[in-house]
Amino acid sequence: MRRRFSAGRWGLALGLGFLWAPILLLAAYAFSADRIPFQWGGFSLRWFEALAANDRMLEAAWLSLRVAAGAATLAVLLGGMAGWALARFGPFRGRALFGALAGAPLVLPEVVTGLSLLLLFVAGQAALEAGLGWRVERGAVTVLLAHATLGLAYAAVLVQARLATLDRSLEEAAADLGAGPFTVFRTVTLPLIAPALAAGWLLAFTLSLDDVVLASFVSGPAGTTLPMLVFSALRVGVTPEVNALGVAFLALAGLAALLGWWALRRAALLTGEGRVEAPGRGD
Amino acid sequence: MRRAAVLLPPWLWLLFLVAAPVAVLVAIALAAPGDGVPPISSPIGWENGRPVWQGGEAWTVLAEEGWHLGAFGRSFRTASLSALLCLLLAYPMALGVARARPERRTGLLLLVMLPFWTGFLPRVGAWIGLLRDGGWVNGVLAGLGLVEAPLPLLYTEGALLLGMVHAYLPFAVLPLVAALVRMDPGLEEAAADLGASPFTAFRTVVLPLSLPGAAAGFLLVFIPAMGEVVIPELLGPPEARLVGRVLWDEFFRNRDWPLAAALAVLLLLVLIPPIRLFQRLEAR
Repeated sequence: MRRRFSAGRWGLALGLGFLWAPILLLAAYAFSADRIPFQWGGFSLRWFEALAANDRMLEAAWLSLRVAAGAATLAVLLGGMAGWALARFGPFRGRALFGALAGAPLVLPEVVTGLSLLLLFVAGQAALEAGLGWRVERGAVTVLLAHATLGLAYAAVLVQARLATLDRSLEEAAADLGAGPFTVFRTVTLPLIAPALAAGWLLAFTLSLDDVVLASFVSGPAGTTLPMLVFSALRVGVTPEVNALGVAFLALAGLAALLGWWALRRAALLTGEGRVEAPGRGD
Repeated sequence: MRRAAVLLPPWLWLLFLVAAPVAVLVAIALAAPGDGVPPISSPIGWENGRPVWQGGEAWTVLAEEGWHLGAFGRSFRTASLSALLCLLLAYPMALGVARARPERRTGLLLLVMLPFWTGFLPRVGAWIGLLRDGGWVNGVLAGLGLVEAPLPLLYTEGALLLGMVHAYLPFAVLPLVAALVRMDPGLEEAAADLGASPFTAFRTVVLPLSLPGAAAGFLLVFIPAMGEVVIPELLGPPEARLVGRVLWDEFFRNRDWPLAAALAVLLLLVLIPPIRLFQRLEAR
């Protein structure tokens, strides 16, 4: 092939350097003994120990993990249904509104989603108290509902996109061979969309674990999530503990990325697209 | 019937948790402020047995006190500048990814996306530690003998833009990669066969064809950046009163719910054209 304009290689290196430099510095200095963040005071694990002994932080982390897991599971179930409907049901009644509502959390600014959900929850609380005499507090559950709504939007997009590229003849073949609709779904469709479901779950999980704006709006006194705690710490100034926490996040994200990559690769192999090429070919 | 079973749960969820909240938001934006819990009162009052309209005060405040609207101007400027900087940095990156060998693309894309998953707050925190007066960057500059006194880097417009670009850069790369990978490489080769230099072929063929992807990337940064709260709060100058922060303060500090809701409704209205444009670009 002829030479092509290729400023891209240098641009990519520069961009990746910019993206990764602060993260790598953070990771390196998390192991520094110095009290001042980003000052080298010899290798030490003291900030990880401090983090492990910080009960408020651990409690918030445990709450955040539970909320994220619950929200991601709800998001995949509901988002899967929504994506399925959008990809397979043709022009059903109210499809335009359904699609717009499912996509809205993707494009609405967090402050708008957060404030509007909080106002709804306040109205809901008032209605429950007036109607049934129930007093409900906002907290982990309202955060979970907000995060599931955000995650639903992402899961729906992923599942819809996956179904759109799926070869329907596979399902038809199974049906021709006598499989009932449910068997076709369980043995053919579900394995094929499983990577999209897994990716949706992971995305919803990390979005929930990372969110501070929605949580700050909709949570109550008993529902301080980890990002809310970190945000209030950062407002005062950065501490070495936050850096140690960043490293923990990095390790978790790396693991999730490996899992996601593996899922995508498996999907590519299953459907035969993007076969693994022998190294050294191409170019 | 099976269709109904699949449709009903997401329909109900979306109506209750997406449509209804927006309706409540609009209603509260029209309500009158109050002293109770929640601090709002009905927009319709009663005087001598007759209903009187007393709501909509928030909108009068918005129109009369110009500084709320000024926040929209500042947000627009910051969001466009952030999106533009992201695009400038993202374009060569996307080109690099798109022109890499296909089996390497996934890995490279993962490298672009992974920072997005390493925790938003720790990343912003890293910038605080790096840019502080006694921080890492000033330490390096002083060590090299380039500065005598530490430069004021944190809590500036520059730190704000740096944080925004760092947080949103991956969003700008993705649609550009998609646009560049989709492109028929034969077009560029044809231009080269007809005697165009590599740069001319790029400028006259690849660049114009990638413009929709570039526009999508711009909007994918611009839309969330318009309402961004955390980065301006943690890295920006105190006087950078962007819409997100103003809304946040009206709600949490001043407990003026109708005004905060009115700001959210206004932000929503302002963002509808770019959102529609983005959806049209995506639907192509």
